[in-house]
Amino acid sequence: MQTIDMAKVSLRDMNKALHAQAATTNQTTWEIVNPKGSHAIACGLDAPIDVTVRGSTGYYCAGMNQQATINIDGSAGPGVAENMMSGKVVIEGDASQYAGATGHGGLLVIKGNASSRCGISMKGIDIVVHGNIGHMSAFMAQSGNLVVCGDAGDALGDSCYEARLFVRGNVKSLGADCEKKEMRPEHIELLTLLLEQAGCDAKPEEFTRYGSARNLYNFDIDNAAAY
Amino acid sequence: MCGIVGLFLKDKSLEPKLGDLLTDMLITMTDRGPDSAGIAIYGDEANGKMKLTVQSDTPELDFVGLDDALSKALGASVSVLVRSTHAVLNIPADSVARVRDIITDLRPGIRVMSRGETLEIYKEVGLPKDVADRFGLANMHGTHGIGHTRMATESAVTTMGAHPFNTGDDQCLVHNGSLSNHNSLRRKLRREGIHIETENDTEVGAAYLTWKMREGASLGEALESSLDDLDGFFTFVVGTKDGFGVVRDPIACKPAVMAETAQYVAFGSEYRALVNLPGIETARVWEPEPATVYFWSHTTAPTTTEKAA
Repeated sequence: MQTIDMAKVSLRDMNKALHAQAATTNQTTWEIVNPKGSHAIACGLDAPIDVTVRGSTGYYCAGMNQQATINIDGSAGPGVAENMMSGKVVIEGDASQYAGATGHGGLLVIKGNASSRCGISMKGIDIVVHGNIGHMSAFMAQSGNLVVCGDAGDALGDSCYEARLFVRGNVKSLGADCEKKEMRPEHIELLTLLLEQAGCDAKPEEFTRYGSARNLYNFDIDNAAAY
Repeated sequence: MCGIVGLFLKDKSLEPKLGDLLTDMLITMTDRGPDSAGIAIYGDEANGKMKLTVQSDTPELDFVGLDDALSKALGASVSVLVRSTHAVLNIPADSVARVRDIITDLRPGIRVMSRGETLEIYKEVGLPKDVADRFGLANMHGTHGIGHTRMATESAVTTMGAHPFNTGDDQCLVHNGSLSNHNSLRRKLRREGIHIETENDTEVGAAYLTWKMREGASLGEALESSLDDLDGFFTFVVGTKDGFGVVRDPIACKPAVMAETAQYVAFGSEYRALVNLPGIETARVWEPEPATVYFWSHTTAPTTTEKAA
């Protein structure tokens, strides 16, 4: 295992070492110690390596991730796994605002709570939150799955497109054009898989599905006076 | 963008280290606000007197013989402790208005930063490290303190545009964000007779709280109504003689992290600001909720008030 101590190695050099790993690397396991809330840790990785960050991180940890599996043994600051393409990011603690924003693929697991705007404009990423999520989550969410084992804050799924939202607890309020939907067998199947991948023992049957009512897809002439 | 740090001590044994801990937190927030910095520190009681912290751009002229000049004009003893461009005046408790008038008359270059029994506010333009060095912040002690690093967006980079702002006796406010209705609110508050010195948006926020409290609101009530009356983005941290409070606007896009242990409650714009506090590894760390007023006090139990939608 390779260990990088951020008390000794600069952020830039640390990221450079991780970026230098190709698909064929034999240095597949990395540990980063003393992160002390630094920004952009393990950002822009593109190799099938395992990285564990021992401690809490600042802005944009694991942003733009491809292929890599990144574990944060602590809590994550704003924008964790923002625009992730593939791979897996697991946060042992809580995540701050806009976790997984604009993500195209991969799996983001938050074992604690996520703050506001979780999964905002998500485009194919899967996000599983063991705890609660804050307000305006999945705003303009386009595709992918957001699974919340706890409660959701205000305005869930506002102006969302085709992302699937699953919430086990209470939803404080739904955003514009977001509605409760039927749980069909294919959703139970999907949820079973996601919960298993996220190491969560919640039962798929306990969740409610939400998604777009698709009323904002087309302009309604009766609203012309509003503009 | 700006940086905010705050530290409220529960454990008296940390009081001699307050300035040291706050300085480290403040300097960590330099890249959120490198243009000016300030701190409000709640230190020694003035023993029945009042502390007036004042500032001058020409301290070598304005502060010389100030104690004698004020004592003579007031007919009572006034002591002056100079720290760089600032000075703390110890004045009789009922003489604040008169001392202000005398200063305006005798030394018009002097500006009042704060008034209170324990509060002192120090702020200047420059890198947080330089501002902290200039005032010897690391050597200060006290029960609690709030610091701010500024990256100006709404108004000029000046001493008077730096934070914290004094909103009343022993009360101060720091702000991360920007208020968009500050011009109309400033006009309204000036009509109400509230003194507003600059074109700065946060000063209007501070003046708003002063006005609300003049009209009979408690600080908590004033903060709650600020959620209705202030338009824009804000994370506010306020200090009072025996405590401190936090409130974020309902959108809550300006970052905030808090940590609590048996020894302290700490606030940082980012977790980075908190990493060197004692026992942070095992502290309860969380993000304050939007549109919710939090208070910690040395005299009463902590409160959390979520504003009704």
